[in-house]
Amino acid sequence: MDAETGIGASVLRKEDARFITGKGQYTDDISVFGQTHCVFVRSPHARAKINSINTDPAMAVDGVIRVFTGDELVEDGIGDLPCGWVVNSKDGSPMVSPPHPPIATTVVNYVGEPYAFVVAETLQAARDGAEAVEADFDILEAVVDTATASSSTQIHENAPNNQAYDWELGDKEATDAAFENADHVTELDITNNRLIPNAIEPRAALGSYDAASSTYTLYTTSQNPHVERVVLALFVNVAPEANLRVISPDVGGGFGSKIFVYAEETAVIWASAKVGRPIKWRADRSESFLADAHGRDHVTKAQLALSSDGEMLGLRVKTIANMGAYLSTFSSSVPTYLYGTLMAGQYKTPAIYVETQAVFTNTSPVDAYRGAGRPEATYVVERIVETAARELNMDPVELRRKNFIPPDAFPYQTPVALEYDTGNYAASMSKALELADSDGYAARKAASEANGKLRGIGYSCYIEACGIAPSQLVISLGAGVGLFESAEVRVDVSGSVSVMTGSHSHGQGHETTFAQLVSDRLGIPFDSVNVIHGDTGRSDYGLGTYGSRSIAVGGSAIDKALDKIIAKGKKIAAHMFETTEDKVNFAEGQFSYEGSNEPKPFAEIAGAAYIPAVYPLDELEPGLSEKAFYDPKNFTYPAGSYVCEVEIDPSTGVTEIQKFVAVDDFGNVINPMIVEGQVHGGLAQGIGQALLEHGIYDADGNLSTGSYMDYTMPRAADLPDFEVDMTSTPCTHNPLGVKGCGEAGAIGSPAAVMNAITDALGVKDVPMPATPHTVWETIQQGA
Amino acid sequence: MYSFNFRRASNIEDAQQIHQSSSDAVYVAGGMTLIPSLKLRLANPDDVVDLSQIEGLSAISSNDGVVSVGAMARHCEVAATSDIPALASLASRIGDAQVRNRGTIGGSLANNDPSADYPAAVLGLGATIHTNARAIAGDDFFVDLFETALEDGEIITRVDFPIPKRAAYAKFANQASKYAVVGVMVAETDAGVRVGVTGAAACAFRLTSFEEALSANMSASALDGIDVDSSDFNSDLHASAAYRGSLVTVMAKQAVEQLAA
Repeated sequence: MDAETGIGASVLRKEDARFITGKGQYTDDISVFGQTHCVFVRSPHARAKINSINTDPAMAVDGVIRVFTGDELVEDGIGDLPCGWVVNSKDGSPMVSPPHPPIATTVVNYVGEPYAFVVAETLQAARDGAEAVEADFDILEAVVDTATASSSTQIHENAPNNQAYDWELGDKEATDAAFENADHVTELDITNNRLIPNAIEPRAALGSYDAASSTYTLYTTSQNPHVERVVLALFVNVAPEANLRVISPDVGGGFGSKIFVYAEETAVIWASAKVGRPIKWRADRSESFLADAHGRDHVTKAQLALSSDGEMLGLRVKTIANMGAYLSTFSSSVPTYLYGTLMAGQYKTPAIYVETQAVFTNTSPVDAYRGAGRPEATYVVERIVETAARELNMDPVELRRKNFIPPDAFPYQTPVALEYDTGNYAASMSKALELADSDGYAARKAASEANGKLRGIGYSCYIEACGIAPSQLVISLGAGVGLFESAEVRVDVSGSVSVMTGSHSHGQGHETTFAQLVSDRLGIPFDSVNVIHGDTGRSDYGLGTYGSRSIAVGGSAIDKALDKIIAKGKKIAAHMFETTEDKVNFAEGQFSYEGSNEPKPFAEIAGAAYIPAVYPLDELEPGLSEKAFYDPKNFTYPAGSYVCEVEIDPSTGVTEIQKFVAVDDFGNVINPMIVEGQVHGGLAQGIGQALLEHGIYDADGNLSTGSYMDYTMPRAADLPDFEVDMTSTPCTHNPLGVKGCGEAGAIGSPAAVMNAITDALGVKDVPMPATPHTVWETIQQGA
Repeated sequence: MYSFNFRRASNIEDAQQIHQSSSDAVYVAGGMTLIPSLKLRLANPDDVVDLSQIEGLSAISSNDGVVSVGAMARHCEVAATSDIPALASLASRIGDAQVRNRGTIGGSLANNDPSADYPAAVLGLGATIHTNARAIAGDDFFVDLFETALEDGEIITRVDFPIPKRAAYAKFANQASKYAVVGVMVAETDAGVRVGVTGAAACAFRLTSFEEALSANMSASALDGIDVDSSDFNSDLHASAAYRGSLVTVMAKQAVEQLAA
């Protein structure tokens, strides 16, 4: 295959030319005839009873067409925004999901929750209208704090103790026994700070209804347009599924926040039929801070039982997870099945018991954000392992090595449900240490000390579960959807190929990676492959892109469809060679037969498929187009070793990352450059979490960090030059041997940074983000 | 944004006349504070009076030991000057590139944000602020939070900075906004040692205890043991008053060390 464009080649991204020259077509770039504009009227209160809403003054504003309140949606049969994964509590009872009308009707439960929306001829008029809406509220006491939420005022009638569920995983008795037999117990109380996603493109939606055909078209910023469509049709009752087309065009970043089905697109698609004209909404940045689902926000107590020589015997984790005001689309799965199941990490800890209490607060809903549960799990495991090593006076590297699941133990059944297929953790660790020049660390530390600086080194050996997921497994655990992926490979008469994928690219580079896969397998030019995604009218179905699943699940579906294309091609070629298909070989773009010295290029077979002269049409249908649905057999398990070295100026509390090494095992890699880019982005977000980013609410439930003046996004200057490398143990259960790379950096890095900072300061914990102020205060407390 | 009348002034008198004749007018220089406020609908003036086309307001010149910076000079233009390196360095660290390409010294000083950088330079270098009506000594200019000695409608025309013997500005920037959490300008001038502090309190101020110590001994160690009273300092999400108090000393020492370098 073409070494410059095939599997394993760092092909420059096809899509970048349009993105970097401003020619991308994002939702807000799309305008349709007769379009109106929409502005949502949002609660200024964290918790309040709505006594009345007067829309008359808004209707009087010049240019305002209609003002809608939540009652009108309810009267029209529009349902609540659902949470699609039912998690059961310890006692077997299902989670509590409070009513979540898209537009609030009787109460508002977080600042920014919409309670009305205005449709107008212009955006300006819609804004004026929104300001003119009058609402009378009884302000109620707000619940904000994660740790104390369950003992605070009850928010939802059906949720005593503000609890959504109290979940457990693992063997409690075996874990208790492990602690009884332990020589040493390490305890760690840590928090995982709330993050606000901040994709570069704010969410947007353009809904239009065509009365002539009774069909709806929704353009929106979704990571999973088919999921959006099925939820809006089946649960929210906006329209029959067949009459609703969802198009998710170019999307500028998602990080999870664009998985979910939100109030805004629900409102505009529904109202477009009421108004009889298309309606557009685009969030501004201030709105995004309030209206996008946030991430993380855990408070955790962890205990690790060890033998005196550092053998990990048992792990107990008790977490309170802040869900915000309502259960967002997939929120319930994040601090449970995407979290507790990862508590074995890379280690053979035999007994693990995890409890998660999910609580409601009067804050924006919290849902999956890059890594979704796995960064939180890695943070717990890797912080407590490092802490244990310090307490036992062991080298943290040695403690890890002693407890790694060895390469010959795979497949390895963890005590927390997952079965890892493959891995070689010691290999990643060795490579990382080499790159980190760990031998030279002592000299570097001495040099820092001579300059009045504090130096620390920290490690993080993460594991994650990607390629979500075997459908029957997740459905048995409460998921409301299967998690397979679909693909269609449509070969043209000329031999060029269109690929319709259910995966969705919002920055990942699928148009390039998937084209490499197709071009490699069919032996056709890279440029003759066109990857199409993000349109329920063009691809059969799709579960979309999140959880680093696109190559492992979406790519495998394409691969499966390619198998079918090649199989049919062999049948056609067999007729041309006048032999049987089992005697036809296909390699490097050529169908060949040992009885012939004239191999048939792929394009010739494509032509023959559509100009069916050579094969019997009662045996073989004309054309060359195949579909496949691929359901994964297991999760995939990317893993890696990260090393972070920091230098802290004790006079200011400023932490500078002087070295960051990331060695990841993603199995086989299609495009190393794109993978490296994904790692860089993930590291930036993970380091952002560790040092910079924090969603803070005040005691009244106002978001204090609601703009870039106060919420610190990582900038290039905040980050070191990353040293990135890879090891590879190919996935054993998907056809490509791939694992997924989108979240690893964000999963593995916070613990590495915080282990380095706590090492430098000689303290057990510093809360994230370790801002200069926080670090300085930590130093003052110790002084 | 609410709608407003955009009024482009052709000269200072014109600007002031428009301002006086309007029931609610605001000047726009670089717009780095005003435009975001307008966009967020936090301001709703009837008239926005644009000063950008007034001739001669953006010139930067250097004569007789004084660098004279026109009020409409942009931060990037001040950053490109050479006669007072500490002033150029300060300007080069304001905000980000977009802000430096639009924001002006006059706009910044008139706004008097407690975390703005320029007030430290005005106090530390002993500048004089010239308006269409008068000259105001820098020491008298900053009154309180977002409050200056400017009368309603008065327009800054230029700022005169005496060239110091040597000066340095040390800044601890807010990680998110890049405003100064604390910024300290230390200068050795013909009129003695001056220390201007911004970011720490409601508005910029001179720190006379540091000035006295450095007059006697221009070294970082001269500041050891001098208590900085932070009881009235700003305290917010990003920095407590005590942290700001500590940073005043740390930044002043950094500035002194830069002087020596």
